[in-house]
Amino acid sequence: MDVTTILFILLFGSLFTYISGDKLASKVAFAFGLLALGTTLYTISLYVQGVNVSHMSNWISFPKVSLAFEGDGLSLAMVLLTTAITPLIIFSSFGNNFKSSKNIYTLMLFMAFAMTGTFLAADGLLYYVFWELALIPIYFIALLWGNGDDEKRKKAVVKFFIYTLGGSLFMLIGFAYLYTKANSFLLTDLYQLNLSNTEQFYIFFAFFLAYAIKIPIIPFHTWQAKVYQKAPTVGTMLLSGVMLKMGLYSLIRWQIPIAPHAAKTYMPILIGLSIAGVIYGSIVAIRQKDLKKLLAYSSLAHVGLIAAGCYTLTIDGLSGAVYQMIAHGFVIVGLFFTAEIIFRRFETYSINEMGGIREQTPKFSSLFMILVLAAVALPGTFNFVGEFTVLYSLNQINIWFSVLGGLTIILGAYYMLKMFQNTMLGETNSKIFKDVTANEFITLAVIIVFLLFFGLFPKPLVDLVTPSLNHILEVTNR
Amino acid sequence: METNLALLLLLSPFAGFLFNIFLGKKVNKGISGAIGTLTVLISFLLSVYFFTSFNPSTKPIEINLFDWISVHNFKLSFGLLLDQLSLLWLLFVTGIGSLIHLYSISYMHDDDNMHKFFAYLNLFVFFMITLVIGSNLLVMFIGWEGVGLCSYLLIGFWYKNHSYNDAAKKAFIMNRIGDLGFLIGIFILGSMFSTLDFVGMKQALTAGNSDTSLLSLAALCLFIGACGKSAQLPLYTWLPDAMAGPTPVSALIHAATMVTAGIFMITRMNFLFDLTPDVQNIIAVVGAATALVAASIGLLQNDIKKVLAYSTVSQLGLMFLALGLGAYNVAVFHVITHAFFKACLFLGSGSVIHALHGEQDMRKMGGLRKAMPITFWTMMISTLAIAGIFPFAGFWSKDEILMVAFDHNKTLWMVASIASIMTAFYMFRLMYLTFFKDFRGSEKQKSHLHESPYLITIPLVILAILAFIGGGINLPGSNWLNHFLEPILSGKHEEHALGSHEYILMGVALTGAIIGIVLAYLKYIKQAVVPQEDSEITGISNTIYNKYYVDEFYTFLIVRPINSLSNFFRTTLEPSLGKVIFSFGLITNKVGKQGKKLQTGSIGLYMFAFVIGIVVIISYLFIAQ
Repeated sequence: MDVTTILFILLFGSLFTYISGDKLASKVAFAFGLLALGTTLYTISLYVQGVNVSHMSNWISFPKVSLAFEGDGLSLAMVLLTTAITPLIIFSSFGNNFKSSKNIYTLMLFMAFAMTGTFLAADGLLYYVFWELALIPIYFIALLWGNGDDEKRKKAVVKFFIYTLGGSLFMLIGFAYLYTKANSFLLTDLYQLNLSNTEQFYIFFAFFLAYAIKIPIIPFHTWQAKVYQKAPTVGTMLLSGVMLKMGLYSLIRWQIPIAPHAAKTYMPILIGLSIAGVIYGSIVAIRQKDLKKLLAYSSLAHVGLIAAGCYTLTIDGLSGAVYQMIAHGFVIVGLFFTAEIIFRRFETYSINEMGGIREQTPKFSSLFMILVLAAVALPGTFNFVGEFTVLYSLNQINIWFSVLGGLTIILGAYYMLKMFQNTMLGETNSKIFKDVTANEFITLAVIIVFLLFFGLFPKPLVDLVTPSLNHILEVTNR
Repeated sequence: METNLALLLLLSPFAGFLFNIFLGKKVNKGISGAIGTLTVLISFLLSVYFFTSFNPSTKPIEINLFDWISVHNFKLSFGLLLDQLSLLWLLFVTGIGSLIHLYSISYMHDDDNMHKFFAYLNLFVFFMITLVIGSNLLVMFIGWEGVGLCSYLLIGFWYKNHSYNDAAKKAFIMNRIGDLGFLIGIFILGSMFSTLDFVGMKQALTAGNSDTSLLSLAALCLFIGACGKSAQLPLYTWLPDAMAGPTPVSALIHAATMVTAGIFMITRMNFLFDLTPDVQNIIAVVGAATALVAASIGLLQNDIKKVLAYSTVSQLGLMFLALGLGAYNVAVFHVITHAFFKACLFLGSGSVIHALHGEQDMRKMGGLRKAMPITFWTMMISTLAIAGIFPFAGFWSKDEILMVAFDHNKTLWMVASIASIMTAFYMFRLMYLTFFKDFRGSEKQKSHLHESPYLITIPLVILAILAFIGGGINLPGSNWLNHFLEPILSGKHEEHALGSHEYILMGVALTGAIIGIVLAYLKYIKQAVVPQEDSEITGISNTIYNKYYVDEFYTFLIVRPINSLSNFFRTTLEPSLGKVIFSFGLITNKVGKQGKKLQTGSIGLYMFAFVIGIVVIISYLFIAQ
C-alpha cells in the first residue's frame, strides 16, 4: 500500500457523494473523509516502521511526466492535516442546510483530493496540476454558496481566482525552464540541478509569486479578507485551514531546495517581508468590525510568522513552521466555526451587533475562550510549540527578527481579547442565543483536545517531520 | 514515591479546577467551595511534608516527567525541581492560597458563578505551583503565562461590566509586553548554554567564558519580564486597575503570590544576575523609583483597594531594590512577610467592603472599629507590620532592605526611606478613615454594620498572627532564612551582625515610620480631615490623585496611535493596495464576465461532467501504465 490509496479514497469519495444525492451527501462525504483520515494514520504508522509508502510510475512520455508521489514525514504531516480537517469541516456543516448539498460536499472532498495530491506530488508538472486543480472547487464553493451581495461576492471571488491563477503561471514557466535543464520534472532530479545564481534568482521569484499570493505574504494578500468574508464558512475553513498551507509547504519542498542560493541571498529580505506581514496583519485586525475579516487578518499575521520560519533555512525554523501550520490549521478552523455558530443565531458577522453572549451560553463561551488562547499561543497549546520554535529560530538569525516577530505575542493578545470582549462579554444581549448543539460542541471540543494534547506531547509530530526536514536542509546546503 | 507525591502536589488544585468547571454548577455552592479549598489544602500539606523532610545536605529533588519541546541544540523536558527556593515559595503560596480559598467560600457565596470562581482560583494555584517548581525556564514560563491567564479571567470575573473587562485585558496585554522580553531572554540563554535547566545553566555559568554583553542582554530581557509580572515601572499601571476583580483575588494573586513571581524568577536566576552588575544597577534604580512613585500615588487615593494596590506596587519596588543590590535573601524575606500582611490587609478590606455592601470609597466609611473589632484589630496588626513598627514582621524585612541600601548607595537608601515614611502615612490614613471617627455612609448601611462570619475572620486572624511573628524566620542573630537559602545563592550574601551602626539605622527607620503615623494622626484624627470630592482636588494633588496621568500618557503615546494606524490601514491603505497590486484590471473584468456565464448554466450537470472526467482520466492512467 502506498500514499495513492488516500488519493483514491478522496476521489471516489467525491464521486460517491455526488451519486448519493442531496440527502445523504453530507454523511457519505463524512464517511469517506474519516476513511481517508484512518488510511492516512495507517500509512503514517507504516512509514514510521520504515515501510516505503511512496509511489512512482510513468505517466506521459513526452514531456516526461511521472506519477511520483512522495510519502515522507513532511508530506504525510500535511496530508494528515488535510484529512483530519476535512471530515471535521464536513461534520461541522451538518448544521447547515446547503442548497443542492451534494454539489458542495462533492467539491469539498474533491478539494481535499487536490490538496492531498499537491502535498504528495514529487513531480513538478503533476504537482502543478494538483495545485491548480485545488483552486477550482474552492472557486465554486465561494461563488455559489457564499454570502452577502451576489455582485460583490462574484467580484471578490473572481479576483481571487485570477490572482492566484496568474501567480501560478509564473511557477509553470519556472517549471518549464527547469525541464529544459533537467529533462525531467522529478523533484529528485530538480534537487540535483546546478543552476547559476541568475537562474536561481528567476526561478526563486517565479515560484515566489505563486506562493506569496497563495499564503499570502504582504503585499500580495489583498484578495484574502474579502474572499474569507464572502465565502461560506466551510469554504473559509478549507482555505485558511489547509489551502494556504499549500503555499507554505511549497516553500519548504520546492522553492528553497531548488534555488537554495537565492534563498540564502535574499533571506533577510524575505524574513523581513514576512515579519512585516505579521505586524501589518495584526494592526489591521485591531479595528476590524467584521468577525470573519478580523480572523482573516489574524491569519495573515500568523502565516507571516510561519513564512519567516521557513526562510530562516534552519531546522528549528522549518520544523516550527510545520508545527505552526498544523496548529494554525486547527485553531483557525475552530475560530471560523465560532463565527459560523454566532452567524447561525444572529445572522451577522458584524461585531457591533454581538456582545453579551457569554451570559446566555457559558459553555460556548468557554470553548471560544480556549480557542482564543490557543490563537495567542498560550503555553500548553500546540500553537505555543510552533510559535516558540519559530521565534527561537528567528532569534538565531538576528535578535531583532525575534523581537519584531514576537510583537505578535502582544498585538495578537490585543486584537483577540478585544474581539472576544466585544463579541462575548458585556451586558446580556437582547437577542436570544440558543445554546450550542451537540454537533457544534463536539467540533470545537475535538479541535481543543487536539491542540492541548499536542501542546504537551508534540513528540510524535516532531519525530515524524524532523528527519524529512533535515533531508531537505541537506539538499539546500548541497 | 516522591515523584507521585510531587505530582499530587501539582495536580491536586488542577483536579479541583476540573471538578468545579465541569460539575461545580450541579453541586451546591458549599461543596464547590469545599472541594476548591481542600484540593489546595492537600497541596499545602504536601508542601509541608516536602519542606520538613527536606535534607539540605543532599541534592535537591529533580523529577523529569516527559520530553516536551526540542530545538536543534537542546531538548526541554517537563521537569520539576524541589529545592530550598521552590519549597519556600510552595509553602506560602499554598498556605495563603488555602486561607484565601476558605475565605472565599463565605465571600463569594452570593455569586451565581461561585463554582467558576473556585475553578479559576484552583487553576491559578495549579499554574503558580508550576511556575515555582519548574526545573527549567520554559516550564516556569508555562506557569508564568498560566497565572497571567487566571489573573485575566478573575479580574474580568464580573464580565458584564466593560470597565472590568478592560482592566482584565490591560493586565493581560501589559504582562505580555513583559513576556516577550522573558521569551527573548530565554532564546538568548538557550542558544548560549544549550539548556534551560536551572541546574545546567548554573553549571555552565560557573564554568565561565561567557560573553558578558550577551549575558547582560539576557538578564535585561528577563528583568523586563519581571517588570510586567511584578508591576514595576514602566509596566505597573495594570495592577491598580486589576482591583476590579473580587477582593480575594486581589489578596491572593495581586498581592501575595503572582506579583512576586518576578522576584522569584530573578532569585532563581541569581547566578546570572550576579554576573551582570550593570543590569543589577538598573533593577535597583527601577525598584527604588517604583517604590517612591507608587507610594506617592498611594498618599491620595480614596478607594481602599487602590491604596492597597499602590502599596503593593511600592513594596514590590523595595523588593526589586534588594534584588538589584544582590541581596536576594533579603528580597525573599520581604516577599514572605509582605505576603502575610498584605493578604491580611486585602482580606480585611474585603471584610469591610462586604459589610458595606460593596462600598470601596473611604470617604464613605469611618467608625467601623466598634462594629468590626476582629477586622479592625487584624488589619491594625498588619498595618503596623507594613509600616515597619517594631517588632512586627515588616519591621525586620523592610529594615534589612534599608540596611542593604544604606551600605551600597545613600541615595537609594534615602529614596527607600522616604517611600517607607509615605507607606506609614497612607496606611494609617487608611486605618483612620476606615475605622475611626464617625460613620459617613448611609443610614441604611449603618443599621446593617456587622462583623463578618467566621470563614472570613479565621483567615484574618491567622494572617494577622503571621504578620506579627513572621519576622521570626530571619531575625538578626539566628538568620534562619539566610542560612536556609545559602546553597542556592551563589554570590556573597548580606548578613548583619547587630552593631551600633545597625541599631542607629533601625532607629532611623523606626523614627521615620512614627513620623508618618503621627502626620496621619494629626491630619485625620486631630483635624478630622475627610478627603475632598474628586472635583475639588486641584493642583499637584490632582496630578497625583490622577496617578501622574501615566495611563493617559500611554493612551496618547501608544494605544491611540496604534488604533489610528489600524483605522488608516483598514480604510485607506488596504483598498488602495488592492488596486495597485491587482492592476490586471482589464483581465479581471473580462474573466468576470466569463464567470457570469458559468453561473447561469446548469451547475449540476457541469459538476457531474467535471468529476466523472477527472475520475476517468486518472483511473485510466493508473490502469494503462
